[in-house]
Amino acid sequence: MPHISLRNLTIGYGNQKVLRDISVDIPDGQITAIIGPSGCGKTTLLKTLNRLIDLYEEAKVEGKVLIDGTDIYDPKTDILTLRKKVGFLSQKPYPLPMSIYDNISFGPKIHGLNSRQLLQRIKALEEQISPQGSRLENIQGVVLPKKNGEMDLLIESYLRLAGLWNEVKDRLHGPASHLSIGQQQRLALARALAIGPEVILADEPTSALDPISAQLIEKQFKLLKKNYTLVVVTHILRQARRMADYVIFLYMGELVEHGPAEQFFTSPRDDRTRAYISGEIS
Amino acid sequence: MRKLEESFFKGLMVLSVSTVLAILVGIILVIVLRGAPSLNLSMLIQTPKGGYYLGKEGGIANAIVGSLYLSSGATVLSLLLGLPIAFALQKEYTGRQLSNITRLALDVLWGTPSIVYGAFGFVVMVYFGLRASLLGGIIALTLLMLPIMTRSIEEVLRMIPLELKETSYSLGATRIETTLKVVFRQALPGITTGILLAFGRGIGDAASILFTAGYTDYIPRSLLDPVASLPLAVFFQVATPIPEVQQRAYASALILLVIVLFVSILSRLLSRRFSRNIVR
Repeated sequence: MPHISLRNLTIGYGNQKVLRDISVDIPDGQITAIIGPSGCGKTTLLKTLNRLIDLYEEAKVEGKVLIDGTDIYDPKTDILTLRKKVGFLSQKPYPLPMSIYDNISFGPKIHGLNSRQLLQRIKALEEQISPQGSRLENIQGVVLPKKNGEMDLLIESYLRLAGLWNEVKDRLHGPASHLSIGQQQRLALARALAIGPEVILADEPTSALDPISAQLIEKQFKLLKKNYTLVVVTHILRQARRMADYVIFLYMGELVEHGPAEQFFTSPRDDRTRAYISGEIS
Repeated sequence: MRKLEESFFKGLMVLSVSTVLAILVGIILVIVLRGAPSLNLSMLIQTPKGGYYLGKEGGIANAIVGSLYLSSGATVLSLLLGLPIAFALQKEYTGRQLSNITRLALDVLWGTPSIVYGAFGFVVMVYFGLRASLLGGIIALTLLMLPIMTRSIEEVLRMIPLELKETSYSLGATRIETTLKVVFRQALPGITTGILLAFGRGIGDAASILFTAGYTDYIPRSLLDPVASLPLAVFFQVATPIPEVQQRAYASALILLVIVLFVSILSRLLSRRFSRNIVR
């Protein structure tokens, strides 16, 4: 069963409907790209999946969003548990006003993980990483220091997982605001990973970055899909082609077409999809 | 033509900047030139002795200490009230209508002349049978400083990007955790500035404490004793016909100026220090 299924999802701001009757399953363990022109509801759809949409008072959600079979808009659903399961990466990285270290420990700390839970997390992480260790940046041949606290180890693991460790290991307690924007985005990734999610949502995660930083993020995403379900909003078609396994195409608040990336790009069924891919509409 | 336009507006800017600077320099010059000659150590550490106001021995330690007591007491009290109000006015906690009404009320209070607070404080004190005292002065000053502090902190909080809060929420933080651990830290430089802005306004105010704090030659030993203050020390001394005492008024003003200057510099330094972790 897929983690995430949308059923007749309609979202409006006041009287204006920004998304109409969306029903789609998002496949597990893959990168799903949500594409479409600006203002078509991509970001709204994404923010619906971890209920960040709740912060916008005017927004009204109808229909169902099922994650692991439970409707996340059910009043009984615990929103904090949901957000722990579904991590989020915003368009522009916003480092929390604290050190690099504290940015990452923020999640584990507020969720009150004790040292045994931290150690379990680290063990799981290393199992996750080590079989294909060489494919993850900087992980090869490293002996983790033993005398540090569990949190130190955890933070190191997540920074490695986000491909940032080598660049920041000497200034973990320095302010996160001093990092370059590309590094900040990878810090945001490490921070999102540190809450232990199963799903990662990313809202145009490379649009504020230079090409090289963007490439690094894409690369990390491709590595992460082994263990996570990723949903990426993008308006860059070429990025969707490079990364996506599955594509959802929205146009004017409507779900036009969705399917495996190869099929979507080589033989689109809808005229609007064809027009969008060929660049006739944007 | 466009070049002319450019230089015209540039000239206008230079003019206004130099006007402001000239006023500041003028104030400092007058006060230093008139006050410095009679400024000495005994002025700072002694209380007025008999005949001080006729030009004899003594100092204004009573007013210096009194002013510091009054304005730091009022700063603490305003902060205790103002900080929660400023946070509560954010849209996560309070509906738009109520917070707009509160803002309006605070703006009206901000604009209220300080003598009104003095008169109001006086009425309240009479009602409770209190006499002019440190406590009365602190309360009147708090009324004066509260709207300034609250509104300036609140403006800082409103400037915090929604995306930063979203980041915190998306990590599974609750409203309170987001407020205390993220928003508060992000706003800390601005909060510092707001606090010291209010302090500066409070320490220089004479009218609100005229009836409520009274004036005395002694340093107060309890909250219920009357207390002297620098603005009133300036006021009383400058009003005498004796030149030596008038000169001491300028010396008192100089001390007040130095305190305010020190506080401004301190606020700059602190907010720079607190800005270390913040992305603008």
